[in-house]
Amino acid sequence: MTVVAAEPASSSTPAGRPRATGRGRLVLARLLAARGAVAGTVLILLLFALAFGGPYLTPWDYATPDFTALHQPPSAAHWFGTNGVGQDVFAQTVRGLQKSLIIGLLVALFSTVLASLVGACAGYFGGWTDRALMFLVDLMLVFPSFLIITVLSPRLRGSGWIAFVLLLALFNWMITARVVRSMTVSLREREFVRAARFMGVRPLRIISRHVLPNVASFLIVDATIAVGGAVMSETALSYFGFGVRPPDVSLGTLLAAGTTEAPVFPWMFYFAAGLLVLFVLAVNLVGDGLRDALDPTAGGAPRRARRSRRSWRKPK
Amino acid sequence: MLRYLAKRLSYYAALLIAAVFLAYAISASALQPRTYFDAKVPRPSAESVERQLTALNLNDRTPVVERFGHWAGGLLHGDLGRTIHDTPVNDDFGRRVWVSLRLLLIGSLLGAVLGVAAGAWSAVRQYRISDRVLTVLSFVLLSTPVFLVALFLKNGAIAAKDAAGHEVVPFTGYETPGLAGGLGAHLADWALHLLLPTVSLALGGLATYSRYQRGTMLDVLGSDYLRTAEAKGLTRRRALLKHGLRTAVIPMSTMFAYSFLGIFTGAIFTETIFGWHGMGEWLIQSINEQDVNSVVAINLFTAVVVLASGFLADTLHAALDPRVRS
Repeated sequence: MTVVAAEPASSSTPAGRPRATGRGRLVLARLLAARGAVAGTVLILLLFALAFGGPYLTPWDYATPDFTALHQPPSAAHWFGTNGVGQDVFAQTVRGLQKSLIIGLLVALFSTVLASLVGACAGYFGGWTDRALMFLVDLMLVFPSFLIITVLSPRLRGSGWIAFVLLLALFNWMITARVVRSMTVSLREREFVRAARFMGVRPLRIISRHVLPNVASFLIVDATIAVGGAVMSETALSYFGFGVRPPDVSLGTLLAAGTTEAPVFPWMFYFAAGLLVLFVLAVNLVGDGLRDALDPTAGGAPRRARRSRRSWRKPK
Repeated sequence: MLRYLAKRLSYYAALLIAAVFLAYAISASALQPRTYFDAKVPRPSAESVERQLTALNLNDRTPVVERFGHWAGGLLHGDLGRTIHDTPVNDDFGRRVWVSLRLLLIGSLLGAVLGVAAGAWSAVRQYRISDRVLTVLSFVLLSTPVFLVALFLKNGAIAAKDAAGHEVVPFTGYETPGLAGGLGAHLADWALHLLLPTVSLALGGLATYSRYQRGTMLDVLGSDYLRTAEAKGLTRRRALLKHGLRTAVIPMSTMFAYSFLGIFTGAIFTETIFGWHGMGEWLIQSINEQDVNSVVAINLFTAVVVLASGFLADTLHAALDPRVRS
């Protein structure tokens, strides 16, 4: 994850830097020095391993009930215990985690693409394009997205969870688009963009070749954080029955099923809750580490940045 | 400054009208009140369903624009239409709006004020133990959805009740029904019932604001004008409070505006989980009942509240930052 994230950042260096790989290596070095980001990455890898390897570890299927074990606490046979109809909670949790992870990743991907396109176009073209797109952004911000999703989701019930992913992505891009827009506005007047414009390069090509790479570090950080946000939205909506629906499971449906029984049968609730918090926490840690590592205003290495800030606190 | 505020206000008015029309169009075309009447036992005749739908301005055979015109006409007289149970939407609205506003206002203010304070304090003490503890705590809180925080708190209250043998903190409803006593007793009762839902709402805001405030405050800490202020003889504390905090809060004022929507979404969960009969609970109920007019009324409420808080944020911004006023 870290390597992949560091690579595109190298292309984001404005003209004039000596070597692109130098920046990529610097970002990687800074990232490795940040303990939180490393811990987050390891945690994410572990959770992915659990989500996709877990089903092979247990003989139980997430949907098939074991009628000899109803509401059983965790044991050697059922690692996370069983629910009221005898379904294995481990198999269900792993399956739910899988679904939540996929939904989170896809929503973040779609919404980031949408945000960068709208934001860059609004910022680059300016004028009426800008005004119209920003009115749209404001309009969608004023709208409670939760409300619209809940109103629309029963209509999309037949289309499955992919429709749900698109719906979530559609209401999750506005703030990012605003930031991309303001960054584009300032990039627009930079020499290399102007040079390209005077050479007659087409606007869309300028946006994809010169504007977006320069916004890339922000987009990477934002997309990382959006994954966590999307997982949280998915869980929250599914909790109320507006997202993933039974018999399919996500962390949200598991939490909804376990809520009322949590005081008596805690294993039905706390495993799913714990994994949800762990995953979002890991994503946030990585996002935060990436932000610091990609920050061009920070010093060459973490230690130096740290000292320079300290020096203010204790003035001579 | 007044001109700037007037300009913002007219922009917000345009947004409000567009948002309400869009909300009406989406709700009226996606929800199906007809299924509610068709599912009644005994099943009403086709003509009677048609008649009831038309009387409630819910008939999907009437064009949406026409229904909207009818609804908007009523709105001009302060009438939000009728619910699917043929009662005035205004009644529900009036009853629930104060329940929600109480929770929303206290929760968001508490979260914002404590978050800004925590973030500023954290920044000044960067990399000390207290900063690290606050950072870890805010990360854990940011990673926990509001409904999970609410559920944890509720389960904790239930466990406390089981352990103590009586209710320690109330975890359902917003008042004790039929409570005797004067105003003081009622206020104490309200405050006690407010405790858990408010905490669950405020914690999320606290975590978010403290992270952002820590960042903006750190930027300010390294600035020349703070050094200058100190060089001119201000104590560090005074320089920080007078010059540092003020500048660092400015970027936050934009956040206040749109954060309200997130808080309302959070309140939908807290209200449902703690059994508050507020706007959030009403929303879930109305969507399940395909009650178009109620859903639109709730939408109107959130749009007005969000735009009002946006306007408030603009005013705050203008008051703090002289550059905006010109």
